[in-house]
Amino acid sequence: MTAKYVAALDQGTTSTRCMLFDREGRMISLAQQEHHQHYPRAGWVEHDPVEIWRIVCRIVPEALAEAGVEPEQVVGLGITNQRETTVVWDRHTGKPVHNAIVWQDTRTADVLPRIGADLAPEEIQARSGLPLVTYFSGPKLRWLLEHDESLQERAERGDLLFGTIDTWLVWNLTGGTNGGLHVTDVTNASRTMLMNLETLDWDDRLLEAMQVPRIMLPEIRSTIGSFGNTVEPVGGIPLTAVIGDQQASLFGQAGFDSGDAKCTFGTGGFLLLNTGTDLIRSQHGLITTVAHKMEGERPVFALEGSIAVAGALVQWCRDSLGLIRSAAEIETQALTVEDNGGCYVVPAFAGLYAPYWETEARGIVVGLTSYVTKGHLCRAVLEATAWQTREIVDAMNADADVPLHHLAVDGGMTADNLLMQTIADFLDVPVVRPMVAETVALGAAYAAGLGAGYWPDRRGLRRHWRRAAEWQPAMDPRLRDAELANWRRAVELAIAWGA
Amino acid sequence: MALGQLAGALGLAKGTVHGLLRTLQEVGFVDQDPASGHYLVGVDLLHLGSVSLDLNELRSISLNWVDTLAARTGEEARIAAYRGGEVVIAHHVFRAGPGAQVIDTGSVVPLHASALGKVLLAYDPGAARSIVGRTLDPLTFRTVTDRPQLVRELADVRDAGWAASVEEVEPELAGIAAPVRDRGGYVVAAVGVDGPVERICDARLGPRADLVDHVVRIARSISRVLGHGRDA
Repeated sequence: MTAKYVAALDQGTTSTRCMLFDREGRMISLAQQEHHQHYPRAGWVEHDPVEIWRIVCRIVPEALAEAGVEPEQVVGLGITNQRETTVVWDRHTGKPVHNAIVWQDTRTADVLPRIGADLAPEEIQARSGLPLVTYFSGPKLRWLLEHDESLQERAERGDLLFGTIDTWLVWNLTGGTNGGLHVTDVTNASRTMLMNLETLDWDDRLLEAMQVPRIMLPEIRSTIGSFGNTVEPVGGIPLTAVIGDQQASLFGQAGFDSGDAKCTFGTGGFLLLNTGTDLIRSQHGLITTVAHKMEGERPVFALEGSIAVAGALVQWCRDSLGLIRSAAEIETQALTVEDNGGCYVVPAFAGLYAPYWETEARGIVVGLTSYVTKGHLCRAVLEATAWQTREIVDAMNADADVPLHHLAVDGGMTADNLLMQTIADFLDVPVVRPMVAETVALGAAYAAGLGAGYWPDRRGLRRHWRRAAEWQPAMDPRLRDAELANWRRAVELAIAWGA
Repeated sequence: MALGQLAGALGLAKGTVHGLLRTLQEVGFVDQDPASGHYLVGVDLLHLGSVSLDLNELRSISLNWVDTLAARTGEEARIAAYRGGEVVIAHHVFRAGPGAQVIDTGSVVPLHASALGKVLLAYDPGAARSIVGRTLDPLTFRTVTDRPQLVRELADVRDAGWAASVEEVEPELAGIAAPVRDRGGYVVAAVGVDGPVERICDARLGPRADLVDHVVRIARSISRVLGHGRDA
């Protein structure tokens, strides 16, 4: 009997990776390649969808070859992707009409007020679960169609197709102009600002507000289910899951049940709390999103809060200030002192996200005295990420009746032990790091394996999860409260500065 | 070497050579043995051109590999380096299974008794020099406290390319470690696993060959990431 494997294709913001996993959830091969970032103007970020597709065509066969695995041995392929990034292409030629507009791109800042005038932001949030900010696909799509009038016409004729990156890849993998499937999954669709969270279908009022013709939208399917078989670059592999990257990371952390939460600490931070089959509408500025959906089952929802600037603040200290030589050195510097020395950094470089959503807020450093050293400043930098995490957790606890019992973490910043300890201290819950660092790809592999029947159920997958490290809270509650009050005052100042 | 020998070899006056040595000593290129007053090549000269790696950076670079070592063996895995006279843990990954475990990053392990320490003693000249003239504390009845025996064992470590410690730090505990090298081939850290003797060792109380293999492979992988075997 030949061994069987499951594959994950992880299309991220900076690179694309293809990995194979065995039945124990162990990665057995990895192929990856970065793609170019295009910055046509300040605040604009684009990717070339054709370049990304070419990379996929290269790395999928490469990952198979590295492990010496034939396509027939792969029972399922799961796709996970950077969310919200918007692609529009011609269904007849398969050519994109514009570069992909990346989630970080802020060009829609001017479009948002007009959308808000067409449909009240409260109504948009009630239907889509999303606040009216620049991230999401709907406004990006409206910008594209407004930007070039011929596009609106071609879109209405049905010549153009819209998709997030998952849709673009599935369409190409399943044959492209030669019968490619135009589909997406609920997790990705829930980030477009075009889908209604209750019906899990495109919402006519939202489409109207974004001026998007329904004919260009993909069919929304369950996360774990059937997305056809691959035709290119290798044929015959069943596509059994499509899932947005942060939802994939929650799934890869075995966050299947209500009350499970994970936070990924990278350039930014993404905290997702599984709220089960309850659709919870946040009263505290969080996003309501679909965590995953098995075919034939009810959807599982999540509350999401994001930290705009986490690792990016450390990079800024390294690249723009020259305060440290490497990102890891922030911990070395911070450990030269006992505390922040009265110094606080609020990294509102592009406003504050959840739970504030203050787009005009700007970054500040407060509490400077001649006593403050580089070490204090470095500590304040790490504390800024920990406090932002705390504020999102507070908002989640207030919204959902499922208190957080521990926080599972992943991402590059989990190498910083002091940061992890500080988060445990500020949150007053244990912080746990799992053994597998590649939670996004693993989550897509889990989903694809469940879809293919490779693993019988989610319970079995839990057994693969292994703890690599754990940090217990050890902070005096009175000190914590006093520090939190100081942080909140600093945040108020950051908001006031931008107002 | 004595001052007179150096002055003779260079054909310079003793006073001049003494001045030169002082300068070299200040920048760490020359050490002076406090007992004999003789001069030695300084530890820093051996690391000339390579900035000593920040321990947090070492963790950040090696994290995925040390995780993999723990995942493959099911045992606790650590990476450590010689800093300021001690073996300091830069990264620690838990063993498999339930029960409370505490991260011991930043703490120290004994240089002459642990597997990690023995690797650094065998390959790091600074570490080797630090125990000259010091008594080797007995931590268990198996700790090697006899200097000639330790020196023989360290030669074995260099020959084999890995070190083991069986009940030498604590009764019933054993460890295996291997050297991690930088671009220049210098040993800058040691990586290894620790666990109960019955899991780490075979029936004859020798370290299990499969575990040694895992440790050596991971050490090699981390060395590659640090640039070992790569053309500048």
